[in-house]
Amino acid sequence: MTTTTPAANGGLAGVPLSLTPLTRKDFTSDQEVRWCPGCGDYAVLATFQGLMPQLGIRRENTVIVSGIGCSSRFPYYVDSYGMHSIHGRAPAIATGVAMTRPDLAVWVVTGDGDALSIGGNHLIHALRRNVNITIMLFNNRIYGLTKGQYSPTSEQGKVTKSSPAGSVDRPFNPISLALGAEATFVARTVDSHRAHLTEVLTAAINHPGAALVEIYQNCPIFNDGAFDPLKGAEGGLIPLTHGQPITFGPDAAKGAVRDVAGHVKIADVAEVGLENVLVHDAHAEDPGLAFALSRLTDTEGLRTSPIGIFRDVQRPTFDDLARAQLTVQADPAERLEKLQQQITGTDTWTV
Amino acid sequence: MTEVTTLDHVVIRFAGDSGDGMQLTGNRFTHETALAGNDFSTLPNFPAEIRAPAGTVAGVSSFQLHFADFDIRTPGDRPDVLVAMNPAALKANLADLPRGGLIIADTADFTPRNLAKVGYGSNPLTDGSLDDYQVHAFDLSGQSTAAVAALGLGRKEAVRTKNMYALGLLDWLYSRPVDNTITFLEHKFAKAPEVRDANIAALKAGYAFGETTEVFTNRFKVAAAPVPAGTYRQISGNRALAYGLMAGAAKAGLQLFLGAYPITPASDILHHLASAKAAGVLTFQAEDEIAAIGAALGASFAGQLGVTATSGPGLALKMETIGLAVMLELPLVICDIQRAGPATGMPTKTEQADLTQALYGRHGEAPLPVIAPQSPGDCFAAAFEAVRIAIDYRTPVILLSDGYLANGAEPWEVPDLAALPAIDPNFVTEPNRPDGEFWPYLRDEKLARAWAVPGTPGLEHRIGGIEKADGTGAISYDPANHEFMVNLRAQKVAGVGAIVPPLDVEDPSGAAKLLVLGWGSTYGPISAAARRVRASGRNVATAHLRYLNPLPANVEEVLRSYDRVIVPEMNLGQLAMVLRARYLVGVQSYSRVRGLPISLSELAADLIELIDLDEENAK
Repeated sequence: MTTTTPAANGGLAGVPLSLTPLTRKDFTSDQEVRWCPGCGDYAVLATFQGLMPQLGIRRENTVIVSGIGCSSRFPYYVDSYGMHSIHGRAPAIATGVAMTRPDLAVWVVTGDGDALSIGGNHLIHALRRNVNITIMLFNNRIYGLTKGQYSPTSEQGKVTKSSPAGSVDRPFNPISLALGAEATFVARTVDSHRAHLTEVLTAAINHPGAALVEIYQNCPIFNDGAFDPLKGAEGGLIPLTHGQPITFGPDAAKGAVRDVAGHVKIADVAEVGLENVLVHDAHAEDPGLAFALSRLTDTEGLRTSPIGIFRDVQRPTFDDLARAQLTVQADPAERLEKLQQQITGTDTWTV
Repeated sequence: MTEVTTLDHVVIRFAGDSGDGMQLTGNRFTHETALAGNDFSTLPNFPAEIRAPAGTVAGVSSFQLHFADFDIRTPGDRPDVLVAMNPAALKANLADLPRGGLIIADTADFTPRNLAKVGYGSNPLTDGSLDDYQVHAFDLSGQSTAAVAALGLGRKEAVRTKNMYALGLLDWLYSRPVDNTITFLEHKFAKAPEVRDANIAALKAGYAFGETTEVFTNRFKVAAAPVPAGTYRQISGNRALAYGLMAGAAKAGLQLFLGAYPITPASDILHHLASAKAAGVLTFQAEDEIAAIGAALGASFAGQLGVTATSGPGLALKMETIGLAVMLELPLVICDIQRAGPATGMPTKTEQADLTQALYGRHGEAPLPVIAPQSPGDCFAAAFEAVRIAIDYRTPVILLSDGYLANGAEPWEVPDLAALPAIDPNFVTEPNRPDGEFWPYLRDEKLARAWAVPGTPGLEHRIGGIEKADGTGAISYDPANHEFMVNLRAQKVAGVGAIVPPLDVEDPSGAAKLLVLGWGSTYGPISAAARRVRASGRNVATAHLRYLNPLPANVEEVLRSYDRVIVPEMNLGQLAMVLRARYLVGVQSYSRVRGLPISLSELAADLIELIDLDEENAK
């Protein structure tokens, strides 16, 4: 499927550009969307269908691979190529797609149970390898499709059908996990913040290599209001913007600073002075500070949490490196000839 | 003066500590055997531990080679010659050596301490306990060390040349030129001239020792075997399998993508394909077995040829993804190099106990074609066939090899790739409905579905694990549709039977009442045993299944035309159970699960007993 038409750049280099402008409608399939009324997934789908035409790439060169769970129904609703696979394995399947087809934009859609529980192994390895895929991790902190069990991101003490006395599991912080795997692009956004969602997802798909985007997504049925404390008037969301001081809350009165031990903590800007507030550097090679910022999320109460791009660094992608080792002949006849030589080997005898 | 005796066949077993280089020695001798034009078959046998404690029975590594002036089928049950590099090697292998057999032993390691380690109270080389054998005990280590003394190696490295010294001695004994091994050593140790020169010196010294010592009254010669004209090479099952996959992908014009996780005895497939960069093969060493097959399925979805290679424990882990591939109806080749199980079992030992796992190991009704090669070289053709069926029928295919085939080697006529049939992936590039729509689950006459790959404009579609509506492939929970689709998928796989050749029965007399039916790697022992039974003047018929699903159309008819059917398998009777269930016929299981190939002499003796019993009863 090689093409001579112009291709996009960055993570989409190799993906042919559309010859005609596309619209949201082009990315809407004929399938009836069947999430629960009020589900945060609707907002993400609408945002996705809105941003895809803006990328300029051909619709037929878009592939969405999902696992199992509510969010994993996503591919059915987008009119591109897609695979709804099995629980937790989407990053592995997407790796095979990305390695064999540099001309495709490959998305993975997954949830907190899919990506962090049953598929945890595939997630961390896809990230560490830097496979050229973009992972949307819908985090609603609950198992929705199986009707309301606690998930690997649920807060400790959560009462659910499978934890009537309160969950004793400690939750994962997906951003910390991704940074621990040295992912080259790590971001968080929120289902209801359309502009932010668009900006982060666009940056993610344009990033060469593995991009993980955690999306705080409300489940109105089994975990309604899980992110409300963040969205309240107090303003617990901490926006991260590259090159800008990390401040948040009403009048940007609070900011992230380093304490004497080198940790990152939250302080009153008026008290410490704006000059002492950390300036966000998403391109820092060392993931240390990004990790420290990820710890500002209080996974128990979820009253504060940074959103935006924690880390965005350039490293050769796994699939490019693997393909670069091939020394294959372009001409099929020559290729068969080479293969014949290999199969024949050097130690033969003739009868 | 040494006389040269001509033999028609010889079985030699090289045995030593795992660090003694017995596999290399065996391989070199095999190579020289191939060049001499003999037919041959090999059986490496090594511990799972990389370096088991030195001098222990557990750490013994051996390599058996059977070579002959005729067409042979197995590496032989029992060696005629045992080369024992230490007391443990003698202890572990002596029981297999028939009385009168030849023992060549390296005395250097027969120290009181090493003897005690393996439970010898006295030295068997000198205490008379081996009087029934022809024992030739030499200080091979010491002689080899002396031969390379001038070359400046350390003592430890000098002693390590003893395997080449032993090889040189055997080369002399069996009238083999050493030139080819010298070329091999020059190449292998090109970067370490001292090691190269020492090994060559040891090899030559071993040969010269045979020539000058007057201990051996006989040298032996085995004439070349008559084989069809052609270009031959030595090949192991795993290498042949890798080449078959490559040839299949090349003929289909698809990129071969292997997703694999290291596992004994399948890892060599990953190694061979990882070094096939010039053929455009992409290999992916995944984080686990599940990711390995997942990535392979992703490659197939992307329009290439996805393959995964594993052994039984890995096949178990891949089952959910294989079920998805059945539902997606995408080509996928799953190679299972069976080993002794369950659990870790005996990783380096062979078995055929994954048959029912391959046939039935998935949840839901998830049939797929299963193919088994019958010899190391046949792994090429079987792998090519698996690729062809996977692509033609849009289905996962399981290829059932085993440790015996994987590591065994035999002469192989190099195929002409140009003469192999082309494989057409037959991608859909245009809408396939009159209204301009594309339905991914519309089928051709073989019931294979329309395969449109990402990047094809206008044919965008979604597939997944949820049940498909017939034709459109849309999600469907309709009860009648599910039943229809379950049957349709079963019919498609059953339809592969159209290209499965009828089961061929070998019965030279035409009068046999007993049929021996096998599958996979038991071909060698079964056909060799049948040859022995026939040589005894009795009649026996043999047949061998290559397609385990679907079975050839005439299997029932064949089974019903014999008074007695014996099914030898390295499991507890899995094929026998399938045949009984399928055809309601009384087949008799002949089961051996020792981690070793079925013994041809034992099988031949058992068959003779049965034939005589049946004859007696018929009177």
